[in-house]
Amino acid sequence: MLTVRGLRKDFGEHAVLRGIDLDVNEGEAVVLIGGSGSGKSTLLRCLNLLEQVTDGVITLDGEDITDPRVDADAVRRRIGVVFQAYNLFPHMSVLHNVALAPRVVGGLSKQQAEERAMQLLDRVGLAAKARDYPDRLSGGQQQRTAIARALANEPRLLLLDEVTSALDPELVGEVLDLIRELKTSGMTIVMATHEMGFARDVADHVCFLDAGVVAESGPPSTVLETPTNPRLQQFLQRILAPGTA
Amino acid sequence: MTVIPPTSAALPELSDVELWRRDFRRRQGRRSALIAALSSVVVLTALVLGVINSPGWPQVHKTFFDVHYGWSVFPAILRGFWLNVRILVVAEILILLVALLIAAMRTVSGPALFPIRALATIYVDFFRGVPLIVLILLIGFGVPNLHVHWLPKSTLVLGTASLVLAYSAYVAEVFRAGIESVHPSQRAAARSLGLSQSKTLRIVVLPQAVRAVLPPLLNDFVGLQKDVGLVSLLGVVDAVQQATILSDSSFNFTPYTIAALLFVALAIPSGRVADRFAARANRRQRAGAVV
Repeated sequence: MLTVRGLRKDFGEHAVLRGIDLDVNEGEAVVLIGGSGSGKSTLLRCLNLLEQVTDGVITLDGEDITDPRVDADAVRRRIGVVFQAYNLFPHMSVLHNVALAPRVVGGLSKQQAEERAMQLLDRVGLAAKARDYPDRLSGGQQQRTAIARALANEPRLLLLDEVTSALDPELVGEVLDLIRELKTSGMTIVMATHEMGFARDVADHVCFLDAGVVAESGPPSTVLETPTNPRLQQFLQRILAPGTA
Repeated sequence: MTVIPPTSAALPELSDVELWRRDFRRRQGRRSALIAALSSVVVLTALVLGVINSPGWPQVHKTFFDVHYGWSVFPAILRGFWLNVRILVVAEILILLVALLIAAMRTVSGPALFPIRALATIYVDFFRGVPLIVLILLIGFGVPNLHVHWLPKSTLVLGTASLVLAYSAYVAEVFRAGIESVHPSQRAAARSLGLSQSKTLRIVVLPQAVRAVLPPLLNDFVGLQKDVGLVSLLGVVDAVQQATILSDSSFNFTPYTIAALLFVALAIPSGRVADRFAARANRRQRAGAVV
């Protein structure tokens, strides 16, 4: 469904992505792991066309979305994104955050959009908070709202960028449970995360990004348990036993 | 031992230390208030005595503060002032619209839109740079001399237009600061939902920008309230022009004092509204901290 070939992204003189190849099939969850600065976030931003690629090709459902003639807004509508810092709109209620996209870009009436938003909020367990403003919510609730907002366009693909990294440990579970449920319901997901246990559980495919390339990839059982790349071995050691390596 | 549930409604008693601290703060608060009140009275008394005992005071009293004459010209000046208020309302609405447009033009991105950005920048540089008094004279006396039949010739319209041109340049910069204060991640979130650049600006960025700059915005409008008096330069019979006409015939400047008091009376409520918005913004950011 999504293919990436030879993706390169430079920021000035600095090459962040140096040739990424990636395939994501319908209903799959692909997890990106790697240290900070390895290019996980940049890759996700490129997939959603928030960054202009320096080179390479990305296709979504067979369409080359890196073609400059493509309507980028229409492509983004087919891809949902959830950010590490939630990025909810603080001047809108939870309901309006979720109903915004279906109403102004999806062509739904206000009432239809709010009905869909309520269904999504119900699904993420926040129907009771619909009229509240984001600053009244806990981090976990805000991130679940952000997930509902990303689902409001009924996207083909969901991109999750370290969505639990800003949360208190006791709030991480509620967000991961929701992602697990989305995966079970057939959503195609590409996520960057440091939650290795979750990756092992849910991922169909794990990619280790290092210095702008996919240094190792495969099913989680192979990549996470019998890694061959020495940099990946070191990375996993640091993640799984912080303070000892 | 019984376990107290964490939801216990009753607040615990305050300790003696805290009670003493509260008492101390109360006493100190009273002392500060007393000192402030006393020093204010002393300074004000000194000022009033200084003015009244100055050698020129009897003359000043007669030409600037003639209560009887002032009362007789008050209705005429108030009528002129009503014109100032109407100009103010029309100008404020137009300024908001033009300024928003200019600010939006200055913040568009992309190389293709360079002419738009450049045009907006020139507009701001020019109308912010020209002294308002010169701008009013240039437009008020210059435009009618162009003899273009569809351009307005009314000095009232041209004076108001000058205010709009000058102030929209200032207010556009306030709006631009607000637009740039909205974190880029808000734009990223809006664009990722498929919103176009203009919808992102209108629905996500501008509402947050306006909230952020409301105090400086109101401050600019308090400034506009008094600059409305400058349309008198073109002969528009507003409060200032009315005062000039009256004092020219009576050789008494009390009409100017009346006009000044009317402008101050208008500025006070606007100033308090601006204060309230500023305090509210401040309170939100401080979130309960003491300093």
